[in-house]
Amino acid sequence: MAEPRRLLPLQMSEVSYRINGRTLIDRIDLSIRTGTRTVILGPNGAGKSVLMRLAHGLLEPTGGQIRWNVPEARPREQAMVFQRPVMLRRSARANIEYALKLAGVPAGQRAERAMAALARVGLETIAHNPARVLSGGEQQRLALARAWALEPQVLFLDEPTASLDPGAAREVEAIIDAIHAAGTKIVMSTHNLGQARRLADEILYLQAGRIEESTAAAEFFRQPRSAHAAAFIEGELPWR
Amino acid sequence: MPEITQALIAAADLVASGDSKLLAIIVLSLRVSLGAVFIAALIGLPLGAALAVGRFAGQLPLTVVLNAFMGLPPVVVGLFVYLLLSRAGPLGPLGLLFTPAAMVIAQVVLITPIIAALSRQIVADAWHDYAEQLKSLGAGLTQSIRTLLWDTRFSLVTVLLAGLGRALAEVGAVMIVGGNIDGVTRVMTTTIALETSKGDLPLALALGFILIGLVLALNTGAFLIRQTAQRRHG
Repeated sequence: MAEPRRLLPLQMSEVSYRINGRTLIDRIDLSIRTGTRTVILGPNGAGKSVLMRLAHGLLEPTGGQIRWNVPEARPREQAMVFQRPVMLRRSARANIEYALKLAGVPAGQRAERAMAALARVGLETIAHNPARVLSGGEQQRLALARAWALEPQVLFLDEPTASLDPGAAREVEAIIDAIHAAGTKIVMSTHNLGQARRLADEILYLQAGRIEESTAAAEFFRQPRSAHAAAFIEGELPWR
Repeated sequence: MPEITQALIAAADLVASGDSKLLAIIVLSLRVSLGAVFIAALIGLPLGAALAVGRFAGQLPLTVVLNAFMGLPPVVVGLFVYLLLSRAGPLGPLGLLFTPAAMVIAQVVLITPIIAALSRQIVADAWHDYAEQLKSLGAGLTQSIRTLLWDTRFSLVTVLLAGLGRALAEVGAVMIVGGNIDGVTRVMTTTIALETSKGDLPLALALGFILIGLVLALNTGAFLIRQTAQRRHG
């Protein structure tokens, strides 16, 4: 079997995103490497979601460059899970098969891969239930299964537990850990400090569209270097 | 007042007896209007979805025109299709004037804008929710349109019914291009118009009730289907 091509590192240089006269991402330099779980931390409006959408390829930067380790601007071997997953009006399994079809997986393999993905997130018993009547937590697990079924090298997660209750959030965290353990690079945004502590190997602290700090998680929580990050950890209001 | 009562009784008799002439008129009405809805859906649904999802030149004017054309006066549509199909017209050699095919064409012109404009709105709302997820999964424009049409299918049924209701109820267009020829192009609405002007109220009333009953039954059916489907599929 041929060695799969390597997507990472992802290099961002001087990346900006401006819209309607507002600068949401301001000249960011960043290198996302393989292996660690990277958590993007920061207050609401810091630009976490925009940064992930730029990396995933949903948005085009208005300045600077984003480069994968492969020629395409938007390679297939990376996926994204959103805060509120959009489920298609069909069964849970069909939702995964849809994603597999778009990814070019041959028809004969889709059902089996979809069922395997459902089993990994503990949803095999509801494979035939309509996806849209599942609970919020189940929908998010299904969204993770859908992304995982694509076997991405990089998975972006945009506040994946922000709309969930604590129990469902823990289930989602466990799945994220499992995806990481299976070899996928995790890039996740959150404004939940507890979650960041539990999941992060590396923290990117974002404030007003700038990366203020990029540190190993243990070090970040022990002694953040930027004043904003320190205030954020202390639960102070960073704009004061 | 007694004439109306008499006419009502006669109408009930006519319906109960299963009069063959009455039946032929109803069948032709349904064939013409269902055929028109089918063709208009083939054009209108993809067009509406493309207008909702795509970004192309002329999109805004086309949307405005479609919305405005939802209220096209049937007689004017009838007149234009008449001119197209009349012997001296550009499509005259086809010999379609005063045939059921001409009536289908006129109704397609009449209801395609309705189906396109209403489905554009529904698909645009769905697109607002779906856009990022579909792009993220790598769906192209055509794939997105297909997915959105399928996912909004329960709402689109209502759109098709709005088109069918309009087609079944209109009289101006089919009167002009069909000619209301007995046994050939006579449908429910043209019969009602003719019989009323002749003073034969029973047949007109019978058809009137059947027409209303038909539209009611179709809409009830669609409403129930939509309710059950949405409960099951969310």
